[in-house]
Amino acid sequence: MQMQSVSKAHTSLVSSLGVDGRILTMLVVLAVVWTVFQILTMGQPGQFLSPQNLWNLSVQTAVVGIMVGGMVMVIVTRQIDLSVGSVLGFSGMIMALIQTVPPLGWGGNWLLALLAGLLLGALIGAFQGYWVAYWGVPAFVVTLAGLLIFRNATFIVASGRTIGPLNDNFKVLGGGLNGSIGEFWTWVVGLAVMAYIVYQALTNRNRRIKNGLPVRPMWAEVVVNGALLALTLAFVLVMNAFPYPGTNVPRGMPVPVLITLIVLFVLNWVALNTRFGRYVFAIGGNPEAALLAGINVKRMLVAVFALMGMLAALAGAVQAARLNFVTNSMGNLLELDVIAAAVIGGTALAGGSGTIVGAALGALLMSSLRSGMVLMGLPTEWQNVVLGTVLLAAVIWNSVYLRSRR
Amino acid sequence: MTPLVEMRNISLRFGGNQALDNVSVNLYPGEVVGLLGHNGAGKSTLIKVLSGAYRADSGQIWVNGQEVQIRTPQDAQAQGIETIYQTLALADNLDAVANVFLGREKVRGVRLDEDIMELEARKTLDRLRVKIPSLRLPVAQMSGGQRQTVAIGRAIYFKARCLIMDEPTAALGPEETQKVHQLIKALKAEGVGIFLISHDLHDVFDLADRITVMKNGRLVGTVYTQDVTHDDVLGMIIGGVMPKNARPADQPAPRA
Repeated sequence: MQMQSVSKAHTSLVSSLGVDGRILTMLVVLAVVWTVFQILTMGQPGQFLSPQNLWNLSVQTAVVGIMVGGMVMVIVTRQIDLSVGSVLGFSGMIMALIQTVPPLGWGGNWLLALLAGLLLGALIGAFQGYWVAYWGVPAFVVTLAGLLIFRNATFIVASGRTIGPLNDNFKVLGGGLNGSIGEFWTWVVGLAVMAYIVYQALTNRNRRIKNGLPVRPMWAEVVVNGALLALTLAFVLVMNAFPYPGTNVPRGMPVPVLITLIVLFVLNWVALNTRFGRYVFAIGGNPEAALLAGINVKRMLVAVFALMGMLAALAGAVQAARLNFVTNSMGNLLELDVIAAAVIGGTALAGGSGTIVGAALGALLMSSLRSGMVLMGLPTEWQNVVLGTVLLAAVIWNSVYLRSRR
Repeated sequence: MTPLVEMRNISLRFGGNQALDNVSVNLYPGEVVGLLGHNGAGKSTLIKVLSGAYRADSGQIWVNGQEVQIRTPQDAQAQGIETIYQTLALADNLDAVANVFLGREKVRGVRLDEDIMELEARKTLDRLRVKIPSLRLPVAQMSGGQRQTVAIGRAIYFKARCLIMDEPTAALGPEETQKVHQLIKALKAEGVGIFLISHDLHDVFDLADRITVMKNGRLVGTVYTQDVTHDDVLGMIIGGVMPKNARPADQPAPRA
């Protein structure tokens, strides 16, 4: 009896924070994983919680992080996209060809290459979405075909060659030696984010009070926003604690990480604050109700797939810029990482349920596990066994969580 | 008096099946018309033609004495015709506010105006006198009565002139059923016309002014509730025969 009342008080305390329980769980799991890896790698030159390793970790999360928000939307609408790894490779290859092969390549048309690549990705996504939405072909089949087609189209357009080196301006996207924004701009971004957090918290609360709507308790407001501010500050400090080799000059935030954060912020805002986002969830919750409510479900599906394709192309640009050379296997099997990150982050494959923030944490958890296991010298086979187990555990936990809330 | 809604000679085929065969019904302001018939008699199909979910092959729809084209659910809503489906057509993963406004969200710029929607939803749902503690929980976590309230709130918020209710009490307990009955009477008093589809004869006799019966996609006939007994209506549903001494009720005179 005592136990029960304690756990009930605990639940209501957590729920008055107004934060999704699955996201809190993810944060706790991440904290545990990071602590365990730190203990296991303590004393090593690049121990897990060193600025160097965390900086690298952020770059390693970027490619999946850019795509995972799009995958959440695809899965929430009860669809799937298996082609993202291939679309990433294909559009990356096209971007590499445009900036290296004459006549376009003379003078390094890196911006044209980037824009063409993004457009190509969006068109491929829209094309796949068209068959799903207007012809009722299962997305699994359409995008499985896309996986085959674009993986091999990548080989065909480059005649099997590896294309590079890429334009120096383009390579900034990858976060290499010139690919960070420096100490000053990292502070600017960090402080802007912190100002935004405070501004949002204050205006939202005041507006709700003015309108006579319920608000969460003041202490919860302070705890949640305080935690967000502390995380932002910690992030800035870590990014500025990793210097260029042989100097004391901090690198600051890598460009791909900045891109990832912007993409995730925008997608999260769209998902929560716009009709588009609302309709994505409505379609996933009850497609028939969405249709009867006058939502153009078909057009929405095409748009969601187009968005996913464009994000895959953006991730392709980052990956290509990071590697400097595009091979025809770039992005191979990456679709599995993206889907796994979305699912670990609480996205239900049945549709209708998922968060961008959760999925971003899912991507971070996956790359944390991989990074930690690499530091410990675990062979790739064992890394994949562990990641598979985590994926399974996450799905089971997620379905238990959803069932408990019915 | 002009009927609020008139469906004239509606026919619709699905493949080889004549789902609706030359069906005509009408509805006056402040009136409840019970729509009865076996499963597959065509009630729901007829209603879906009126609510814009299906398009008839032939026939006309008149609203307030004007012929209108209803091709989509939005066309119907623009005419003040709102439908509460038997399945409720709620997105279970969204909260009550999102469901009330689904497809017709209030926005400022591109941003959803959640505060206004929450306030308006609260006002509307309070009118229905079913307690809903939090409007911000997914409707999947609500009771049958609360979900029904959300579905009805959705219809009445947008000032329905004609309300279509498909089995509104089928999933409810006695107390909640009673509340829906009160609500129907209140809406009727406000001049809203209601098509009520129900399997429950008691419901229909309690609420309806007229009763329209369908069988195999055809109209059996329309009678005044006060002219007939339960057995008469069962005879219409099962045998497809009109009771002997019922006045014709297809073109009712204005009521005193």
